Amino acid sequence: MFRVWYRNFKVWLKHLQASLIGNLGQPFLFLLAFGFGLGKSVPEIEGMTYLQFIAPGLVASAVMYSAAFEATYGSYTRLSTQGTFEAILMTPINIVELALGEILWGATKGLIAGLIMLATLPLFGVTPSIWALGMIPLLFVEGIIFAALGLIMTAVATNYDFFNYFTSLVITPFFLFSGIFFSLKAVNPLLRRVLMALPLSNVVDMSRMLCYGRLDTISLIGFELMMILVFALAASWVAVVLLKRRMIQ
Amino acid sequence: MTEPDNVLDIKNLKKSFGDRQVLKGIDIRLKKGSCLGLLGPNGAGKTTTIRIILGLVIPSSGEIRVFGQAYPNAIRRVKYRIGVVPQMDNLDPDLTIVENLLVYANYFKIPLKIAKERAEELLDFFALKNRRDEIIQNLSGGQRRRLLLARALINKPSLLILDEPTIGLDPQARLLMWQRLEALRKHGTTMLLTSHYMEEVSRLATRVIIIDNGKAIAQGDPKTIVEKILGKEVMELSGNHEELKLLIRDLESCDVNTELVGDKLYVYLKKGCNILDRAATTMPHVVRRPATLEDLFLKLTGRKLRER
Repeated sequence: MFRVWYRNFKVWLKHLQASLIGNLGQPFLFLLAFGFGLGKSVPEIEGMTYLQFIAPGLVASAVMYSAAFEATYGSYTRLSTQGTFEAILMTPINIVELALGEILWGATKGLIAGLIMLATLPLFGVTPSIWALGMIPLLFVEGIIFAALGLIMTAVATNYDFFNYFTSLVITPFFLFSGIFFSLKAVNPLLRRVLMALPLSNVVDMSRMLCYGRLDTISLIGFELMMILVFALAASWVAVVLLKRRMIQ
Repeated sequence: MTEPDNVLDIKNLKKSFGDRQVLKGIDIRLKKGSCLGLLGPNGAGKTTTIRIILGLVIPSSGEIRVFGQAYPNAIRRVKYRIGVVPQMDNLDPDLTIVENLLVYANYFKIPLKIAKERAEELLDFFALKNRRDEIIQNLSGGQRRRLLLARALINKPSLLILDEPTIGLDPQARLLMWQRLEALRKHGTTMLLTSHYMEEVSRLATRVIIIDNGKAIAQGDPKTIVEKILGKEVMELSGNHEELKLLIRDLESCDVNTELVGDKLYVYLKKGCNILDRAATTMPHVVRRPATLEDLFLKLTGRKLRER
């Protein structure tokens, strides 16, 4: 598993710059446009300026985009045109290790993107508390969720266009409706339940608590943490099963 | 525990993909230190057999032992000792030549220090040393194939599987590959080879199995199998289809195999045949030459194009 991870890490080091700018560009642009632009005309939400309100969620979204892209476009390239998966499976590495290695790598890439985003928040005038360190394991679990979802798509994809479904039907709705840009507490209770069932909603909610050390609703964290852990395990399991079905006849 | 003499011992191997039965009960034995050539037209089941040995295809039934250890439990253990040159080039295009070897060595849990030594040795042996830090895209077809072979040897395999190892190479590059493979054979490396180049199989293999439609239809020593089944020599006679048909009837008293393809008659001779000699003097185009593995292959699997 770590051997598969290591291969991808080694390749990533070679293309560091393009990779980072590619994945971080969008969240930063949103932070600028919404935080500084729109934020000027939006009142405080839950006791935060609009910029403060959206910043932790955008960190979480950077993790999502980076992990999901790696496990779709990246993994699919290794699966199809490059034949890298096949080459790896000719060695003692088996399909389970290959799949988990790919997920682990996607999660790592997601975490790196999230941490860079988090570290640059002070430049925008947003100061995280010491509790923000707790976001590290949280964002990593989030990375596993979206890398696993991406790998599921890779396992059933027949070409790159297939990922358009994933982007427009999963990633973009998650980005818009997981409470990054508006408070889920403000929507009607039924809808709120539905939206809170999205894994990214839990991550955004917890990120916001940890980022500013607003731990008054800490009792919720146990439940939300369990939700995303279960989701991460379930998605990883499905990814392993589907990739096995694709690679081993 | 001493290891058995058979590196591969496969019995009654069957595999179906849906309704399509690709392997219909194949037996393969491969002795330590020898080279077995698997021959067959496209779709005969050669690559499926190899993929089963690698655990990439799960057989429908059959018994498989590699190094005496039974599948499927032994797959992982066994694969530490197998090297593969695949038909499709799957070198890692994101890495340089030497990195390709080192990353691959890592999959076999070979310590970096040893891997580096071996990589340098292999680059030397395959005449790739001066390009060690180049990216894969810059390599020629021959260099890529040599690197694939070098990669397959990074774990010092006890069994080397070669699936069309010289496919798409020019004669010079092919010759260089053959020389390296012959050197490995002299060192006692056990090999399983599939190829469409009969010359390649004749050169390298100590035993051949001809597969067609998922079944082994002939096997033996490549040097004697042709003579045993077909004959020593082949005579190619060109002429009118009807005339040639008549000639076949006349040849019935001789110990020959005949094959009529359009306006061409192939006569495979085990010993001399006076009737044929006489007939040949009246024919405009006659070629007499030693029978080859290619003749046998075409006789057994037919001259029609195999496409599904």
